[in-house]
Parts: sequence; structure tokens; C-alpha cells
Amino acid sequence: MTRKEWSHLIRIGLLMGLAVLVVSVIGMVEKFNERALIVGYLTLGQLLLYIPALYAGYTSVPAGEHRAMPQRLLGGVVVGLLAVMPVILLILVASSWPGIRSYFVNISPNMVKILTAGKGVGPGIGLLAGEMAALGLIGAAIHLIPDRIRKPIVTAIIFTVGFALFSDVSLNIANQLFARKTVRVLFGTKGITPLATVIVFVISLVAASLWTWKGREAYARRQANMSSEQAKRSQRIATTVLMIVLLTLPWVLGVFLTDVLDRVGIFILMALGLNIVVGFAGLLDLGYVAFYAIGAYVTAIMTSTGNLGMGLSFWLAVPVAVVAATMAGIILGIPVLRMRGDYLAIVTLGFGEIIRVLVRSDLLKPVIGGAQGILNIGRPTIPGLTFTTPQHFYYLILLACLLAWFISGRLRDGRIGRRWMAVREDEDVAEAVGINLVITKLLAFAMGAAFAGLAGSLFAARVGTIFPNSFELLISINVLCIVIIGGIGSLPGVVVGAFVLVGLPELLREFDEYRMLMYGALLIIMMLVRPEGLWPSPITRREMHAAEENAAAVEAEHSSDIRAAVEG
Amino acid sequence: MTLTQRLRGIDWISAALWVFRAVIIILVIVGTVRKLFLGVGTQYTTQDWLDFISSGLSQGGLYALIALGYTMVYGVLFMINFAHGEFFMSGALTSTMLVASTLSRSGFMNEQPIIYLVIVTVAAVLTSMAVALLTERVAYRPLRRAPRLVPLITAIGASFFWQYFFRGLFGSEIKPFPVPAILEGWITIAGITFLKVRFVTLVASLIALILLYLFIMKTKTGKAIRAVAEDKDVATLMGIDVDRTIAMTFAVGAGMAGIAAILWALVFRQAHFYMGFVPGIKAFTAAVLGGIGSIPGAALGGLFLGLIEAVGPPLFLEGLGIPAAHQLKDVTAFTLLVLILIFRPQGIIGERLAEKKA
Repeated sequence: MTRKEWSHLIRIGLLMGLAVLVVSVIGMVEKFNERALIVGYLTLGQLLLYIPALYAGYTSVPAGEHRAMPQRLLGGVVVGLLAVMPVILLILVASSWPGIRSYFVNISPNMVKILTAGKGVGPGIGLLAGEMAALGLIGAAIHLIPDRIRKPIVTAIIFTVGFALFSDVSLNIANQLFARKTVRVLFGTKGITPLATVIVFVISLVAASLWTWKGREAYARRQANMSSEQAKRSQRIATTVLMIVLLTLPWVLGVFLTDVLDRVGIFILMALGLNIVVGFAGLLDLGYVAFYAIGAYVTAIMTSTGNLGMGLSFWLAVPVAVVAATMAGIILGIPVLRMRGDYLAIVTLGFGEIIRVLVRSDLLKPVIGGAQGILNIGRPTIPGLTFTTPQHFYYLILLACLLAWFISGRLRDGRIGRRWMAVREDEDVAEAVGINLVITKLLAFAMGAAFAGLAGSLFAARVGTIFPNSFELLISINVLCIVIIGGIGSLPGVVVGAFVLVGLPELLREFDEYRMLMYGALLIIMMLVRPEGLWPSPITRREMHAAEENAAAVEAEHSSDIRAAVEG
Repeated sequence: MTLTQRLRGIDWISAALWVFRAVIIILVIVGTVRKLFLGVGTQYTTQDWLDFISSGLSQGGLYALIALGYTMVYGVLFMINFAHGEFFMSGALTSTMLVASTLSRSGFMNEQPIIYLVIVTVAAVLTSMAVALLTERVAYRPLRRAPRLVPLITAIGASFFWQYFFRGLFGSEIKPFPVPAILEGWITIAGITFLKVRFVTLVASLIALILLYLFIMKTKTGKAIRAVAEDKDVATLMGIDVDRTIAMTFAVGAGMAGIAAILWALVFRQAHFYMGFVPGIKAFTAAVLGGIGSIPGAALGGLFLGLIEAVGPPLFLEGLGIPAAHQLKDVTAFTLLVLILIFRPQGIIGERLAEKKA
């Protein structure tokens, strides 16, 4: 191997080694180890250690060279071993100097035990190094397998791990459908049994192979041959099926999962609103939580039966809350009309903080209860039913989300949507072609605020008690992340983003402490590798690629200019 | 132009902004008058007022030091480095946990307080610089050509990543910062009594500001930084390594944040993983207040912000009859930020950047 190849290997190995070291030192490995994936065989913490080694092995083979020669396999072993070096050092230090814990809280004996698989320092290190080297080898060897076979296997492995990770979901469903005994064979308290692993793996392998070998082509052919009439009908059928699934979901999932869905739904609602402001109109708003808080507090004050409330009906409170949030959106929108980009972000952040401090202060305590919050918020009622359980609220939230989705879609495709996008692309040009910037921007702020107000209103009714703590800046950042990671300006993206960023952490309680860490890392990684988001709108996708092509073209032009200048 | 013509020329947005401005000014004046001449709220002695002013100024010195990082980075990249507060936090927390606590336990702190302070500060500066350089390399440099929103988002991401990384590293509780005995108590200079730490903070931050100013104006590296801020392409043609200079800018800004971090820890006697956020925003306010991109502006803005924040609530907020006005300290700062960005985005002494580049 050449020197360049060696330095490539060393870089990847050490980078991944650093990753392993970081997740160990900040306590992620230890925390995630509590969560079993395959009972008795694999925990989430171990997976966290193994993935970097596997990835290092995989990337150790230069892109485009799929023919893996013996050297490449050797390279895989080398990066695997390099990836384990920093953490071996950590094990040695931690086991010989217990006092280190008073400096780094998470370097505990338990962590060392997990890293060495409880076999003592010497054998443990040997075992870990062996495992990591093997994983590096496997990562490199993946390139040996022809595409046709590799794809289904990788898909099946990922699916199996995902299934194990979200075993709670299937466990909840299984509990309702099967007898306890059957369920116990397949699921442990956390994670799935080896038997279930094999079953899931085989099923997904068969499905994935069929899809890769036959299904994809057949599907593409059918899609291509479909007349527009048929296409419309199949779309209608799909929509109907989706609606039926959505309507029956809470009864299949049970109380706990429906509660998670409710949370996700409220975030979808907010994110749909922020998507109008940030995604359509391009106005970066970091104080969005203010409108959510206004919606929640208006609802709380109007419906609470406590001493701060008026005890009115929820149905009366909702429109008032939405109107109040909208008004606030316009009022806070006016001063920032002339600001752009990051200045706008900071001012809206300032507004959000002002409102947060005010809510907490003694100044407004007689009205909104200060840090004690508002209790006994009224539940929505319709004749014959009071909304109390998560299942009841699910329908309310679903209705609101569908409404918001519908409104967003119509606005986007309508005149105002075009205007928003024009403003987003270039304010000066938009103004020059006769777009009224004031009205256009204020409408965006108002619509966004209205959705947030509705979300706040539903939130207040759902939880029954609100405190200033529920309206931290983190909510704004969360919603912004949903919009950006889902795909800025894209409606399905918002939903996907909300499920990924709110739903997943709710299901994986172990993540809680590290949720923000992963958000931060995810935001950066996303911007680096896939700035258009998980499910981008077609326009954004085109733009992102156009930008790349432009940059390439400019570069090329530049270099040819320079060459011409030099030669001429 | 007659008056009616003039009035017709003003659109309603400007009118609304004028009303907004007038309301704030009237509130401030009414509050001040009521406080000073009608004696509303708590009665303060002259010494109390001097305390407010001195603590405000020393706080302002810290804001100024942190603000330098914002201003310098904005100068070269036109981006708000949202993660700058975390550079500050990383220095304070790492130095507290690894260096300060060890030295105070071994008794070295009170034997050699000056050397102790130097070591602790160096540790903080180095940590802040390392974190800043890493952030720049990973999260900002690859995105130089991306749309402006993109680096702002990675900055937010980096900010959260570092907060929770350090929380994972050192734990989530508040760590006490050991203060040497010589800095306890009060000091009287020219008949005015200061808290010793406050006095040291103010003097140290002023010295650091002056040194930085000299660094930027007199050294070759400083010249390179100014050249890159002026025009990157031309700077490249002049043989300046732009990437290196930008990294240098981050490092210098983070170094200042590291110094501020130790001074901050001396004043508040603690460090924790969330300590960077609010000072970060306040310092950004200071940078904008002085005129973002300008170094003397950041210094002036910092001092002014510290002063307003310390004197404002007891003066005009209490004068307006607001209960527990000190809770609204942050509101004063943020309102000031909003007002400045609306009415004078170029800041006190900044050039008019807002329209051209923002």
C-alpha cells in the first residue's frame, strides 16, 4: 500500500477511535447499555461501540473500488484496531486510577466493566480489540459481496436492529393481540429474544431480496404503464387506507404510544406553522415558542376552574387563543419587518426570552401565576364525552394537524405562497416586481403564530396544568430542527422530522439525557451531508443541487480563466 | 416641503416604530423622574448607587471580552457565531474541574495566588481555543460557500452539542470555583469602595481589551485579520492564507472568551454547563450595541450594556412601580438589543453594515 493509503487508514481509524472514546467518556455507552436489543446478546451500548469500527472498516476501502483485495481486508483490521486504541488507553487509565471519577463523572468502574465485558482488564482488552478488528474486517469485506446479495442483507440487518430498538412499539401491539405466553417468547422486558431476532431477520431478508431482485422493477414498470386515471384511483385508495390507519391507530397502539403520538402531533402542528415562516417565507424565527406560550396561557386562563381562571368552555377558548397568538405574531412582526437573516433570528430570540422572563416574573404573577403556573385547566367536552385520555386527544390533535396540513398546502400553492417564495429568494427583486413586502411578511408571521397558538391551546388542554418551564427556548430550537431536518419548506418533511426528533426520543427514554447532544450533532451532520433534509420539497432539492452545480461551474470557469491568463 | 406632505411621506410602519420608540423613551423618563424626585420604591444611598455602577461596569467588562469574539468573527465571516457562548463555558468548566479544584485542594492556591490565577486562566484559554478551532474546522469551514442560513444552523447545532458534551464529561451539577483568599473582601480607591473581585475583573478586562487592540492594529497577524475582514479575495492575492487567518480569528476570540470565563468564575464563584448561553446572548447584544465588526465598539457596547443592566432596573423599572424589578434585568438587556437592531443596526460607532451585508 502506498503512503497516501496508509495515512487515509490512520486518519479514519483514529477519527473513529475518538468517536468511541467520546461516547464512552460522556457516559453514553454506560447509559445505553441498560437497554438490551437482543436479550443476553447485544445491548444498545455495545452497538454504540461497534458501529464506529464497522463504519471505519467500510470507509477504509476508497470509494469506487469495490474489488476488495487482501490488502483491503488487512486495512479493515488495521482501522478496527486503531479505532479501539484510545478506548483501551481509557480502560487502562480508569482501572489503575479510580480517582479519575472526581474529574470526569462518567468514567466509572461500571463503564470499565462494560467495555471489558466483565472479564477483567487484560482479557477484556484483548476481547474488545479482537471484536473491533473483526468488525473492521467485516466492514471492509462488505465490499467483496456483489451488490445483488449485499443490499438485501444490509437492509435486513438494519431492519432487525431497528425492530429491536423499537421493540416497545411492537410489544405494546403484541400485548393486545396475543396471549402473554406467546409475547414472552418473543420479547424481553427491554429488547427482543434471539428467536424473535432470527424470525425478523429471515422475514426481512426474504422481503428485501424479493424487492431487490424482482419487486423494484415490477413496481417501476407498473407505475410507468399506469394511465392517469388509474394513477388517480390508486392514489385515492392509498389516501383512504392511510385515513383508516390514522383513525384506528390509537386503539391498536394503546395508551402509552398514543400519548407519544399526541406529543408528536402537537410538534407537527407547530412545525407546520414555523415551516410557513422559515420554509416558505425564509424568515428565521427563533422566538417561535412565544406564540405557543400565548396560545397555552390564553386557553388556560379562559378555561381554568382554579382561582386564576374564568371557567369558560374550551371551544370558546380555542378561537380566542388562536386570534391572540395571531395578533401577537403581527405585533412582534412589525418591528422586525426590515431585518434580514441572522439579525432577524437574534431579535426574535430576544422577543422569546423577554416573554419567558416576563411570564416568570412577579410583574405578571397576579394574572398568569408566575412560576406556580396555572392549574385545573378545563377539558374539552362534546355532548356525551369529556376529552380526558390520550386517545380522545389524539383525534382532536389529528384533526388540527390535518387542517394545518391542508391550509399549508393550499397557501403554498396559491398566490400568497408564490409571494412568500419570491421574498425568500430575494427581497429586493420581490419588491421590485410589485410584491408588498409588509403584507407578505406579516401574513407569514401571522399564519405561523396562529398554528403555534392552536398547538399551545391543545397542549394546555391535554396536560391540564401549565408552568413557565414548558415554554423554554428549547421548544423553539426543537421545532426549528424539525423543520430543517425534515426538509425545509416540505410538508411531509415536517411530519418525518417530528417523528424522528420528538417521537424517537420519547420511545427511547435512554436517549433523554443525550437528546440535545444528538440534536446538535444531527444538525451539523445534516447541514454537511444532506442540507435539503430527510424529505425535501422538490424545489429545495433542485435548488441545493443547482447551487452545487453552479459552484462547480464557477470553479471550473475560474480555473480555466486562470489557466488562460497564465498561458496567455 | 410642508408638514402635511411630510406626514404623507411616512408610511405606517415607520409611524408604528416611532410610536414604539416614543413609548419606551417616555417610560424610561417617567420611571427615572418618579424614582429620583418622587422617591418611588426602595430608597438607595449614594453608596448603593456606586455599587450598582461599579458592578455594572465590571460586568460590562466581561461582556466586552466575550463580545470581541462575536465582533471579530462577524468581521471576517459575516456570520453570528452562535456557539461562542459555549467556547466561554468550555474554558470555565474545564479549568474549574481539572485545574482549579486540584490546585485549591493541594493548598497551592493560597500559597501562590498569582501563579494560580495565571495557570487557571491559561488552562481556560487553551480549552476555549481548542473547542473553537474544532468547531470552526468541522462545522463552519466546509460551509463557507453555503447559503447564509446554513452556518447559522450548524452554529446552533454546535452550541447544543458542546453544552451537552461538557455536561456528559463533567456532570450536570453546579461546580464551585475556588477563589483565592486575597481576592476576598473590599478595596477602597479614591474614596470609593469596590468589591475586590469586581475591581480586579474590570482592570483585567480593560488590560485584555487594550492588548487585543494592539495585537490587531500592530502585529502582522492582526493586519492579516483586518485584510481578510476587508476583502477575502484580495487578501488571497496578497498572499494571505485565508483559512489560517480565519482560524486565527476564532482562536483569538475564543482566547478572550477564556479570559472572560475565569473572571466570570471569580465573580460568581461557580461554573456549570449551561453558563454560556445567557452571557453569549448578552455579549452579542454588546457587540451589536457598539457596532458589530468594530473592536472598540464591542468594548464600549459591553460597558454600556453592563451599566444599563445594573442601573436600569433600580432606576426606571422600580420608578414605574414594577415589583421585584431585579428579575427583569434580562428584559432590560434584551429590550435594548431589540431597540438597537430596529433603530440603529450600525450600533454606536459601527459603520453601516446592516443593509449591505446582513
